[in-house]
Amino acid sequence: MTVASTVMTKRKPADGSKHADADGGSKPAGADRGDGLLAALFIAPAMFGFVVFLAWPTLRGIYLSFTRYNLLTPAEWVGLDNYRRMVNDPIFWSSLRVTVEYVFINIGVQTVAALCIAVLMQRLTKSSFLRGIVLTPYLVSNVVAGVVWLWILDTQLGIGNQILGALGFDHVAFLASNEWVIPSIALINVWRHVGYTALLLFAGLQAIPGDVYEAARVDGSGELRTFWKISLPLLRPVLAVVMIMTVIGSFQVFDTVAVATPGPGGPANASNVLQLYIYSSAFGRFQFGYASAMSVALLAVLSVITIVQYRLTRAGESDLG
Amino acid sequence: MSVLTPPPPTSPSAPAPEPAPEPAPRTTAEVRRRTRRTLPSPGRMLAWTVMGGIVLITLLPFYWIVRTALSSNTALTTDPSSPLPVDFSWGGFERVFGLQSTEEALAQGGSGGSLNFWRYLFNSTIVATMVTVCQVMFSAMAAYAFARLRWRGRDKVFGLFLAGLMVPAIFTLLPNFVLIKQLGLIDTLTGIALPTMFMTPFAVFFLRQFFMNLPRELEEAALLDGAGKVRIFFQLLLPTAAAPMMTLGILTYITAWNDYFWPLMVSYSDSSRVLTVALNIFRSQTPQSGTDWAGLMAATLVAALPMLLLFGVFARRIVNSIGFTGIK
Repeated sequence: MTVASTVMTKRKPADGSKHADADGGSKPAGADRGDGLLAALFIAPAMFGFVVFLAWPTLRGIYLSFTRYNLLTPAEWVGLDNYRRMVNDPIFWSSLRVTVEYVFINIGVQTVAALCIAVLMQRLTKSSFLRGIVLTPYLVSNVVAGVVWLWILDTQLGIGNQILGALGFDHVAFLASNEWVIPSIALINVWRHVGYTALLLFAGLQAIPGDVYEAARVDGSGELRTFWKISLPLLRPVLAVVMIMTVIGSFQVFDTVAVATPGPGGPANASNVLQLYIYSSAFGRFQFGYASAMSVALLAVLSVITIVQYRLTRAGESDLG
Repeated sequence: MSVLTPPPPTSPSAPAPEPAPEPAPRTTAEVRRRTRRTLPSPGRMLAWTVMGGIVLITLLPFYWIVRTALSSNTALTTDPSSPLPVDFSWGGFERVFGLQSTEEALAQGGSGGSLNFWRYLFNSTIVATMVTVCQVMFSAMAAYAFARLRWRGRDKVFGLFLAGLMVPAIFTLLPNFVLIKQLGLIDTLTGIALPTMFMTPFAVFFLRQFFMNLPRELEEAALLDGAGKVRIFFQLLLPTAAAPMMTLGILTYITAWNDYFWPLMVSYSDSSRVLTVALNIFRSQTPQSGTDWAGLMAATLVAALPMLLLFGVFARRIVNSIGFTGIK
């Protein structure tokens, strides 16, 4: 509420003069009277939510990362202790490594698969029924996805291993072995999200004007060439934004791991992703300060990646003209 | 916006094996592609095969849920790869709803645990509805103020909102938990709904785009007729925005319904437990050795069904809106 009221009070002295330039004054002057008050009223609920549950928690999280805090006694300022501990904590580094491994597999497979689906949808059929089908997994929660694949990938009875067996391969302990657990989790999440990503890319493809394709056809360009020379380059801004969104999303993997792997962090912390470690530090050991410090680290990593990605991919510019 | 043109009418809910390769209406693009059909058709056949494979991978897990849920546990161990339910049984569902005696449930591989399904369904519905109704309404009001009202600092405040888009959810979860705890709202449905009830930066941004594109004349006529801006907003603009608000509402509902991490933090007892959390508790209850797969899949189906039904009803709208939400 505080910010909403500042907006309200700030507005008053500037009444006649300054605000009219906002959008060129296309309205009769009299109609503007009271806009500031009205705006404050209309924004108040959203502003309340923004300040109380987004802005303030962000600042508070940063503050808590410099404290020792267990929820029961007041937070005690400890300076950089949590960060020092973090740097020397092998589990933190292993969880970061595991998370990065997950992100790479997840993004790699998901982007290629989504691109493939999007192009197929564009070139084969525009049926919204087909689009509905690929979106279905997105409708179920990560928990549901985790439980189903836990069953499908079960070492003994899972249909996945039954098929492997029938093909003459050994059974694989997908979710219970150190080397398979992260790739398996990544693929489960690809299954759930690939349809959504594909639809975003499909929309991007649809926005490419048809005459570009027409020209390519006249030039005798084949499907593959058209894809590499036209679809992909013109899709770049959409692809870039989608990838930034997926990277941010996949760094926050938690649900699937919590559901589909045994115990906290799996064998030898092989599936102890960063979020899981943050969660268990906070709620398993009540080290809210330490957990906050790791959240700050995650935020820092995400910001750097987002900015670098944005720059590298020139996500803000379009080649469509 | 051309992305949004509704696709040809096909039945979105009927479970046909594969859509026909020939779409009905013939736009210019369609006619143009017609000429491409003369390309060597092995390529197209390969493409359709790949597409078929994708559809199969997408849908098979759903079928496997149903198939397993309708099997009996003992038969599952003897015939794990049968494509049809083995030794057909409603036992899994009975265990989920607690309709079996404990001895019977244990004998069939259950844990004696059950889902208080209607309770969790009720909780999930209340939370998702609270979040959706309030978030869409409040975000629409804010979006209107950002798009159509003039006030000092408007662009700066909006920039601040946009910056909020970049804060990942995990970051605010711990401080929000502390806050909800201090407010004494732990283990309440309000506590689960509160943080996302008022706004998300995305919702405000999404609706602002819509209000920005409305012609000014719409309001001006009403203003000249002497209507106040509050009235204009509620009686004129809100009805105009029904479609985008509906789209946003459905997406918000799905997200709120599927959320797991936050409800897990906040709820401790049946009184505020939602379906996602309940499902994982049910999973952790089933015996580690000789998991009750039939019961677990029955529970999974029960937890997934409400959203799948919602999708059945709104499939077209949801599918078409995805592109719109992505292209900013």
